[in-house]
Amino acid sequence: MNTTPKYSQLKAMLAISKASFRSMLRSPSAVIFGLLFPLVFILAFGFIKPGNIKLDVALDNSSDTTGNLYRELKNTPVLQFKERMTNDAQTDLLQKGRLDAIIYVDRTDTGSMIENIRVITSKASREKSKIVVSVVGDAVNRQNMLRLRELSQSMPEAMKQLESSNQPMAELTTGEIPGREYKTIDFILPGQLGFSILSAGVFGTAFVFFSLRQTLVLKRFFATPINRSYIILGEALSRLVFQLCGSALIIALGRFFFGFTLINGWMTAATMLLLAAIGLIVFMGFGFVVSGIAKNESTIPPIANIVTLPQFLLSGTFFSVDVFPNWLQAISKVLPLTYLNDALRKVAFEGAGLSELLPQLGVIGLWGIVIYFLAVRFFRWE
Amino acid sequence: MAADIIQVKELVKRYDRLTAVDGITFSVKEGEIFGLLGPNGAGKTTTLEIIETLREKTSGEVTVCGFSIDKNPNDIKRLIGVQLQAAGYYPNINLQEQLELFSGLYNKPVDTMEMLGLVGLGDKAKSKYKELSGGQKQRFSVCTTLINEPKIVFLDEPTTGLDPQARRNLWDLIRDIRNRGTTVVITTHYMDEAERLCDRVAIVEKGKIIALDSPEVLIDRLVDAGFERPKEVKKANLEDVFLSLTGQEWRDE
Repeated sequence: MNTTPKYSQLKAMLAISKASFRSMLRSPSAVIFGLLFPLVFILAFGFIKPGNIKLDVALDNSSDTTGNLYRELKNTPVLQFKERMTNDAQTDLLQKGRLDAIIYVDRTDTGSMIENIRVITSKASREKSKIVVSVVGDAVNRQNMLRLRELSQSMPEAMKQLESSNQPMAELTTGEIPGREYKTIDFILPGQLGFSILSAGVFGTAFVFFSLRQTLVLKRFFATPINRSYIILGEALSRLVFQLCGSALIIALGRFFFGFTLINGWMTAATMLLLAAIGLIVFMGFGFVVSGIAKNESTIPPIANIVTLPQFLLSGTFFSVDVFPNWLQAISKVLPLTYLNDALRKVAFEGAGLSELLPQLGVIGLWGIVIYFLAVRFFRWE
Repeated sequence: MAADIIQVKELVKRYDRLTAVDGITFSVKEGEIFGLLGPNGAGKTTTLEIIETLREKTSGEVTVCGFSIDKNPNDIKRLIGVQLQAAGYYPNINLQEQLELFSGLYNKPVDTMEMLGLVGLGDKAKSKYKELSGGQKQRFSVCTTLINEPKIVFLDEPTTGLDPQARRNLWDLIRDIRNRGTTVVITTHYMDEAERLCDRVAIVEKGKIIALDSPEVLIDRLVDAGFERPKEVKKANLEDVFLSLTGQEWRDE
């Protein structure tokens, strides 16, 4: 009597994937969070050119501007002299951090062989003021060296003495070899990619399964012969395809519009997509947990944010983990997104292969095991 | 005499303290429209969902098309069509795409437009489920139960909340389904509906079947017992008035 062909779970699963993919394309939140958000960030940061450092300084009005040193400083390109300001105004701006230093050049008693130069800085501009000091110090050294050379010609005896001593004078020269330019986009794009994968995995999965359960779509599916695990696989597959298309688009835009470095071309892009897929699978586990523990629709965002926000801030999405104090770095070094971002950057910029990423993949995999263990416990079908 | 297509024996479903189904026994014959009647909370939906393999039973035996619900739930699912009392459909996709989805879920290729035409929703192919009226939603629900050309269709309160016209449309649809050889099991708490539609009904109260026969026999039995309506019935009732005034055609409200 039973002549019906064998039931294919795979076929049923693909039907779910297709419906889910269609639904996602038409759902504003999937498109906005998965694609638009990362693109906006990449645009914003893509246009920031790393450029040269500019240091805003002012010359104290009682300075002596006839000396060589002043001329030398004036011709140093990084120093931007702000003109026509009273001393009070200068001090005020320095305190507010809008000036990096006030420079005072003095030759108190005319004819003195030493030109006195003073750099006044404030805590308001700590990083840059240090650079001003070193730039001015450089100029002073160059000046002194020049004088010394002139002097040595007229004093051969003193030179001989110096040559024979064990403590010769030192002169600094610098050189540069051509290197790979690390652009802002090379840092920002992998971070944004990682974060879009995280939020799509957590938010997308949590919302979809919560609402399919709540609106009894799942119950209707249960009345058909598909197995429950294939429902999950079908949903996961469509999200994977959707997010990988989005990731490919992000990488392509970065490459063609902002010069994002793909060190080995297509292979690098493909490796990045593979990493994105691994990351997404792990992050979807968080989504399953969230969909299981959320009591109603409005509790999903706060719970999902607990998962995503710390990683957004601490996993090297916008700035390197290295800038954090040690205790914060310790937290960063536990979060899975840190390792995904790290792996993505290593692949894109250093051309690392998967075998060189075993430490990163190991941590991500460990998270996967832990989170799916929890997902199995917390996930609810009804 | 048609064969039994569903057999339910001593079915019991207990939740913590509540006994929702309390030892129900009945069978459904192939090709009939069988009604489960009873007030809300009588155990109709629970009974139905156990037969549909969506709910675990506490004890008893159920066979559907010769398959046991314990051993072959997936064989049963392939042979039945299920309309749930409350069910949702996948968000953001239109009716045609919904049917495509179910076609995949049942591994049954279908002409989606033909299916929609069958339930009078041909012009709604590109609409979303949530945009449909109450009657259209129910017709679409019934449509999804027909995809796998089932031997039995289960309809759980399909007409609740519908206006008289939509109710009649659905009755016609249900009769069409039966006329094509499909067995129909339906729950309702509208007695007029059961009287017109069902070949046999079981009246359920507090988890037990208190009567089981054709509507005609049940009515005759009551009349034979000396029952009389307190008021002489007129040749028409208010619903007839309403329908003759507003028309009986399918309307898409």
